[in-house]
Amino acid sequence: MTGEPKIVRPYGDTTGDGMVQLSFTLPVGKDGRADGAALQLARKMGLEPATVVHSKAMGPDFTFFVVYGRVSHLVDLSQVEVVEREFPVLTAKEVNLAIRSRLRRKLVVVGATVGTDAHTVGLDAILNVKGFAGEKGLEYYREVRVVNMGSQVTADELVARAKAEHADALLTSQVVTQKDAHLHHTREVSEAVVATWPDASHRPLVIVGGPRFDTVTPKDLGVDRIFGRGTTPAEVASYLVHALLPTAKVPA
Amino acid sequence: MPQTKLGLDPAVVRRARALARKAAAPVEKLAHTHTTVSVERATLRLAGVTGADATGMPWVNHLVDAVREQVGLEYGVALPVWHALASGEHTDLVAMAEKAATGGVRFALPTGKDAERAAKAARKAVGTGFVRIDRNRRDRNKLLAKLGDPPKPWIYLIVATGDIYEDIPQAQAAAREGADIVAVIRSTGQSLLDYVPEGATREGYAGTYATQENFRLMRAALDDVSRELGRYVRLTNYASGLCMPEIAALAGLERLDMMLNDCMYGIIFRDINPQRTFIDQRFSRAIHARAGIVINTGEDNYLTTADAVDAAHTVIVSQLLNERFGLEAGLQPWQLGLGHAFEINPDIPDSFRLELAHALLVRELFPEAPLKYMPPTKHMSGNVFAGYLLDAFFNLVGVMTGQGIILVGMMTEGIHTPFLSDRDLALENVNYVRNAVGDLAEDFRPAPGGFVVERAHRVLGESVELLQRIVDDGLLDAIADGTFGITKRPADGGKGLDGVVKKADGYLNPASDLLEEGRT
Ligand code: B12
Repeated sequence: MTGEPKIVRPYGDTTGDGMVQLSFTLPVGKDGRADGAALQLARKMGLEPATVVHSKAMGPDFTFFVVYGRVSHLVDLSQVEVVEREFPVLTAKEVNLAIRSRLRRKLVVVGATVGTDAHTVGLDAILNVKGFAGEKGLEYYREVRVVNMGSQVTADELVARAKAEHADALLTSQVVTQKDAHLHHTREVSEAVVATWPDASHRPLVIVGGPRFDTVTPKDLGVDRIFGRGTTPAEVASYLVHALLPTAKVPA
Repeated sequence: MPQTKLGLDPAVVRRARALARKAAAPVEKLAHTHTTVSVERATLRLAGVTGADATGMPWVNHLVDAVREQVGLEYGVALPVWHALASGEHTDLVAMAEKAATGGVRFALPTGKDAERAAKAARKAVGTGFVRIDRNRRDRNKLLAKLGDPPKPWIYLIVATGDIYEDIPQAQAAAREGADIVAVIRSTGQSLLDYVPEGATREGYAGTYATQENFRLMRAALDDVSRELGRYVRLTNYASGLCMPEIAALAGLERLDMMLNDCMYGIIFRDINPQRTFIDQRFSRAIHARAGIVINTGEDNYLTTADAVDAAHTVIVSQLLNERFGLEAGLQPWQLGLGHAFEINPDIPDSFRLELAHALLVRELFPEAPLKYMPPTKHMSGNVFAGYLLDAFFNLVGVMTGQGIILVGMMTEGIHTPFLSDRDLALENVNYVRNAVGDLAEDFRPAPGGFVVERAHRVLGESVELLQRIVDDGLLDAIADGTFGITKRPADGGKGLDGVVKKADGYLNPASDLLEEGRT
């Protein structure tokens, strides 16, 4: 596209008007100061002018606000960092072929939701035949052997099983994020992996997935790759080929 | 039965109930012939054993473990424990437990006169627990009469900060904003603890530990706010996981009003052993029955792992089973808060009509039960505006079909445990719908032979078919095959089977005896 602007502002109803909407609660009773307090916050956040369009008492000590305002900030599109997928998405056939020709045995993955987290729908979406968003899960891939341990598995149990199965990859799912439970449990896995395979070159690939890992990088967690919201099984299968069988010549 | 809108065939309904009774029978027998470590610990809790060692391990665990090691649990914990107490070496049960924890108590199974004496003492001690439970029940009724019982549907709100001292002001705020029921969700991971933590707690994940002290603190705080508001605010917690019987006992002792208590939730969603769950469930429900507690069942959850349209009949089947197990344990129909949910994918055509059909079917199948209707969760995304709309439609179905308990849906369900403002907005939503819809239920009659009526009949028909299959195969096998929530749970798998013990002739449990004798 030509002539696409590099610098943009939020769009309310006119180009460049910078209008945004925001809602929040302050621990302030709805007295004379409440709206002023909300405006002060809005201004400090860069909304100028700002209007409190709704404020409502929530009990004696809290007020909820909806604020509209114009932000002065500019968005420089050239500065936006995009994490491009570092690998092409392959079909199941291509994945199977790559494994068969390069690995000459089945690729083994062991998956679990680790810690106290009991959510399995996301993990199952990736692993079970049924799959996700109309795509079959890894169990459907003839050349992949899947061990799905379910939920409430400890990091040590997962790693022990991965070792026993000679796993090529460990797949961890984490959904509960309150008090950073997901980061905590993921680190337990990466620590157990390091303890079990001190020699990094013999370590299986460590993958974690879940809907709310946006704030961290794989390096922060000591894992190889994070998969977020809306991940499909094909993406995971393709990544496995990309990361484990790097020299595979895959038909385009 | 009031005039029905769906024109369900009473013969089909009777057949469904008869099949549920048949399907439940072998499992009921299992529950009557077995005990568990948690049933035995609950018995000690009813006798007033509280407290824990320095690591937080409760004295009831120490006692039961010591008895199990030395004499086994086939005869129950009561005879060996009260026999040891009769020796006069221990001032009370807690002192004995402290010693037992370090291996300092010799337990034996008494016989003859000794056994009679121990049984009598045990019965007296456990009886004090029931005196307290009965008094709490009377107090609740008095408060309901004095302060007022809110009209249905009761508005049910959740708090889940992890810290009881944060939960309390949030719960009080929720009550002031219109909640009739406050539920404190438990911390993740508590279900799998084979002990009940002690004391006031501040460090739960996505929920607050269920402890006796937390129960007490929250009930007292809600009593305060009930008086302030002139309406009795009910308190709910979860009798589930490996300590279902103990938590049920604590709920009765601390005047909780409703408890989540499902016959299969722990099996399917926490991978707790099926046999353990059914045995624990029977005992815990008998206590709820005595305590006048309304149970809430968890059928809504199946629709998070299975499709809400395809699996609609599994919800009905599970409700019939929960009803049967509940009645068998002594619960009255008004205590059966059977669960179901608004979880159909909003992108499919007629999703609202399907929801209406399902909700009305449940209403008409269980006319006396205070049904618990759960809001959309699975299809709640980050689009909080669309979520707010979906919640309004859920509220509409709830009011139109006369559901007894409406769990308030949060527009941020797909994101986080609720913010204060999420809850406030959600109540505004419910209150608007309730007010605007008024008695629409009175005017609303689905067309005979129309979409809603046909759908309801079809789901009921599928339920009868499934029940027949369960009767043929056995409930435990059906669970193993993934009938509920498309999750397979074999009868010998899962956690907690090692805590199950077959009762011997001569098994004694004064709590069970008092419960059975006290049945109305
Ligand atoms: C279904 C569900 C449940 C079911 C789970 C059933 C089951 N067997 O999984 C039940 C009812 C049991 C449940 C229980 C609880 N839940 Co819940 N639950 C949900 C719900 C409604 C949907 C989650 C879901 O299935 N999403 C669909 C899947 C496909 O999406 P996904 O998990 O994001 O997975 C995708 C990606 O993230 C990724 N992915 C995920 N894992 C992996 C792994 C790998 C290896 C890879 C590659 C990719 C990957 O790929 C998937 C496909 O795209 C959400 C709310 C919501 N709408 O999101 C709440 C939610 C997740 N639950 C929540 C909570 C708090 C709980 C409880 C702790 C409540 C309690 N205190 O009792 C308990 C859990 C107890 C425990 N021990 O964990 C909170 C979490 C809050 C937070 N951010 O911390 C949520 C957000 C609801 C809320 N707003 O409070 N829950």
